Amino acid sequence: MTSHVRDSHHSEHPDTATTAGAKAHARAQHGRTADVMRHVPATSSPTAPDGVPAAGLVWSETVAPGGYTTAVLARGTRIRLTDVDGDACAHLLIHRADGPHERLNVADTVKVPWQAYLGKGHPLLSGFGRLLATVVADTSGRHDALAGTTTRDGNHARYGAGAPESASPAGRELLLLAALKNGLGPRDLPPTPSLFKGVRVDSDGRFEWQGSAGAGTHVDLLLHVDAIVSLANTAHPLDPRPEFTCSALRMHAWPAAGDLDLLISGDLVGPLRPEHRQAAANTDADLIARGVL
Amino acid sequence: MNAPTAVKYAPLVPGPVVLDEEVDARAAWSAVVAAGDVLTIVDLEGNQAVDCLLYSAADTGVRYSASETIARQGGIVLTTGSVLRADTGAALMTVVGDEVGVHDTLGGACSKESNTLRYGQHTRAQHGCMENFLLEGSRHGLGAKDLASNINWFMNVPVDPDGALGIVDGLSAPGKRVALRADVDALVLVSNCPQVNNPCNAFNPTPVRMIVTRPGEAA
Repeated sequence: MTSHVRDSHHSEHPDTATTAGAKAHARAQHGRTADVMRHVPATSSPTAPDGVPAAGLVWSETVAPGGYTTAVLARGTRIRLTDVDGDACAHLLIHRADGPHERLNVADTVKVPWQAYLGKGHPLLSGFGRLLATVVADTSGRHDALAGTTTRDGNHARYGAGAPESASPAGRELLLLAALKNGLGPRDLPPTPSLFKGVRVDSDGRFEWQGSAGAGTHVDLLLHVDAIVSLANTAHPLDPRPEFTCSALRMHAWPAAGDLDLLISGDLVGPLRPEHRQAAANTDADLIARGVL
Repeated sequence: MNAPTAVKYAPLVPGPVVLDEEVDARAAWSAVVAAGDVLTIVDLEGNQAVDCLLYSAADTGVRYSASETIARQGGIVLTTGSVLRADTGAALMTVVGDEVGVHDTLGGACSKESNTLRYGQHTRAQHGCMENFLLEGSRHGLGAKDLASNINWFMNVPVDPDGALGIVDGLSAPGKRVALRADVDALVLVSNCPQVNNPCNAFNPTPVRMIVTRPGEAA
């Protein structure tokens, strides 16, 4: 049996019996592409959004169903998340890069603007009275800031597995990996919002599942601070379908510092509400005091 | 401003009393409630928001998750039967008695910083729940990254059909109680909310009472 395995291995990879052969075999794999991958450099992306030249991209990635990514991005970066095939669900976490104890706070993000449902113009707030990002475009309208993400035990009960290497990875496990990659850990994972799967609250306070708006929708986020942006692409905790269902998520990012001025002047998403304006002012005041602005 | 507490309030779940403490208006409080024990919170003077975070006493990395709690029960209202879950999904405490019927876990905690967004820069100097959570949490080795979306006992936060949500007049009244059974040894962190810019405390922060009973033993 052992020799049979070795023989079949040899016939498949005839040159990997030596270090030289193994090296040549490994190096011959460079330059291949896959449906789900990050394009490095981003300017080489074959998936640039319409109207956004690939030459201007700082990030281009297609995140697998059940995958995650994490990027450290500068203030003024515009991020486009695209639900390519209609079953992406982007669980989103934002930490401030230069002080990650400051992070997306969903309670303040719904309470302060007096609005539970995310959409164009919604401020994404930290727990320290500052603006981390603003939703500046949204062609989906199906999102959720209340029900959070999935757990390992929960997905095990639902689908039979919840580990990140399984076919039904839990969002919390994926976001934990993203946090760990940045030197953070379990205490750095607060409740997270998710994009592309709608949830509403009925008059009795019960959740109503809306699901997807369909293939090809996108959401744009504009960063107000240097940030660690982490995304887990996995089924929503309230997704009623018995089978784990998820499709690819695309992420592009490009510098758009001019959009910050347009946002504040009311020329990007319309006039800002007073809470949003004040949050931007608090953020700018902090960066001015640090000598960053 | 606060009337003295003349009435003696009973725990919602009877049993030998192992702790009975009053929390001053605007103050912080914490205790470890042993598995099986029941914490009764008494809204002594009515409509006093009690901001609350829970942790597994054995591992404070396992903490209350508002989202996991409401996703698993299918709705946003906390009341009798609500299992208060950690972000791992594990049960920390269960609501076993409730004389109000609606408690909030969407609205989070007030802070000096968020006051500036909601009410203006002139309110930054006011005391807030985040101050209470940070300082009381620090006594247990907790810091800023250990704070997450909390429970607001006795606070009323409806969500309208268009998604508008906000803190509105409370449904509680003097002497109303809520009771929580610990499913594990639970560290309970409380800020007796000092907010004076919205109706969460009827614009008048007042004391609350914390009573822990041990129902398994004869009184």
